[in-house]
Amino acid sequence: MATLGPSHYSPYPVAVYENILPPPPGKALLFTEVVDEEVAMREAAKAMLTRENPTIFPGPQVIYAWNEEAKEKARLIRELAEVLEAKIIPMVDYRPKYPKIDPEKEINPNHPNLTIWHNNIKACIFVGVHCHYANVALKIIRAETDCFTIALCSNAGHEDAMITLRDQHAEELKKFIEIAKEVKKEVK
Amino acid sequence: MSINIFKINEDLKEFIPQEVIDLEEKATWGNPKRGVMDLPYAKELLEEHSLCAGCPESMAFRYILASLPNPEDTIIVNSTGCTSLVFPHIALHTVHSLFGNQNAVATGIKRTLEWRFPDKVKDVIVLAGDGATVDIGLDCTLQSFFRQEKITTICFDNEVYANTGGQESGTTVQGHVFKMAPKGKQWPKVQMWQLAIDSGCHYVVRMSVSSPKKVEQVVKKAIYVAREVGPTYLHFYTPCILEIGLNSDDGLMEMRDKDKERFKFFEYVSPQAEEVIAKKKEEGLL
Repeated sequence: MATLGPSHYSPYPVAVYENILPPPPGKALLFTEVVDEEVAMREAAKAMLTRENPTIFPGPQVIYAWNEEAKEKARLIRELAEVLEAKIIPMVDYRPKYPKIDPEKEINPNHPNLTIWHNNIKACIFVGVHCHYANVALKIIRAETDCFTIALCSNAGHEDAMITLRDQHAEELKKFIEIAKEVKKEVK
Repeated sequence: MSINIFKINEDLKEFIPQEVIDLEEKATWGNPKRGVMDLPYAKELLEEHSLCAGCPESMAFRYILASLPNPEDTIIVNSTGCTSLVFPHIALHTVHSLFGNQNAVATGIKRTLEWRFPDKVKDVIVLAGDGATVDIGLDCTLQSFFRQEKITTICFDNEVYANTGGQESGTTVQGHVFKMAPKGKQWPKVQMWQLAIDSGCHYVVRMSVSSPKKVEQVVKKAIYVAREVGPTYLHFYTPCILEIGLNSDDGLMEMRDKDKERFKFFEYVSPQAEEVIAKKKEEGLL
């Protein structure tokens, strides 16, 4: 069961019941605290660089080449994974996996904890996952695992992640990669 | 929405499971001539399903999904029943409605798509069981026919509420006994295909799914007519082998038997629908 984050996160009540709301535009959320985006990026990079088996979970919005930004984001995610020395395990779609999921190859929002348990992932980044499924998956991960969750959201963010960065597009990803490079020099 | 939603970004491709790569590379997208003959070679939109072994409904699913002329721009609306266990596995957009209101939901989707994408062809198909179509959803089904909504309605008729243990439905044959209908059905089977004709459907078929090529033909005709003229209705016999006490390999023979009886092939085509079908035949699409 979860040991990270304030009590009563796991599994219910969810963060919003504790008056933790998504960050305002231009800001980020670090656990329960609203902070500057750069501060959150540094903490996110630090978590990914210091915890076991860091993994990036790209969702359908960046996996598929449905527009130019998605192509650019996919390239940047690959670069980010190299900087953070993180694995990439995709969330290719939201269909329930039948007869069972292969947790080494993919993650599914309906039971994301299986992939995290199987690979002993202690820090992860959600990017390109549609918000309604990210909300479900992040709650399950918080409830069932000790994984440090980071949400790079292109909309309003996810209060159930431990670090939430909102309005994240290609430019912000580039900034995150630069910050990750700096943090890497400090911690390695 | 475009066909690009099935193309995987090259930068991430090496991390993607093979079955998803197959959906991009080996499935038949963008080809209106796709059909059941592609089944042995192409990646299916439904690879694994959660129905019983040998379920005729799973055969119907395979044939219908292989026959859609425009899968990348097709939305399927389904309802409660065995079918709703399958839809989450399908590699298409599907919407699960409340029990019985599938045609009302499909109406809203179709109208919105016409407004949102006026220059694109978007097919909306309702796939539901006999309980959802003929009993609980009869009102919504017929009302959509009355309003001449341009949607295709497909009913999987297994002549019983099989998913919940065997209650009689409107399409149960008079006299048939089921676990939850021990006295046998007291009234005749509802002739839903006839109701569809009387309610304004332009293309109506009653048949079993024992013949894949025939299923392909009627599905394509129904979709083309619905696009240009108005509502179409397909009534398929997909028996529940468990509820009628058959083995897994008996489903096909059961359907073939009924091909000669109450599910003998019946087709109604309105004059406007005939024009569309003739045009599509000229174009080589049928």
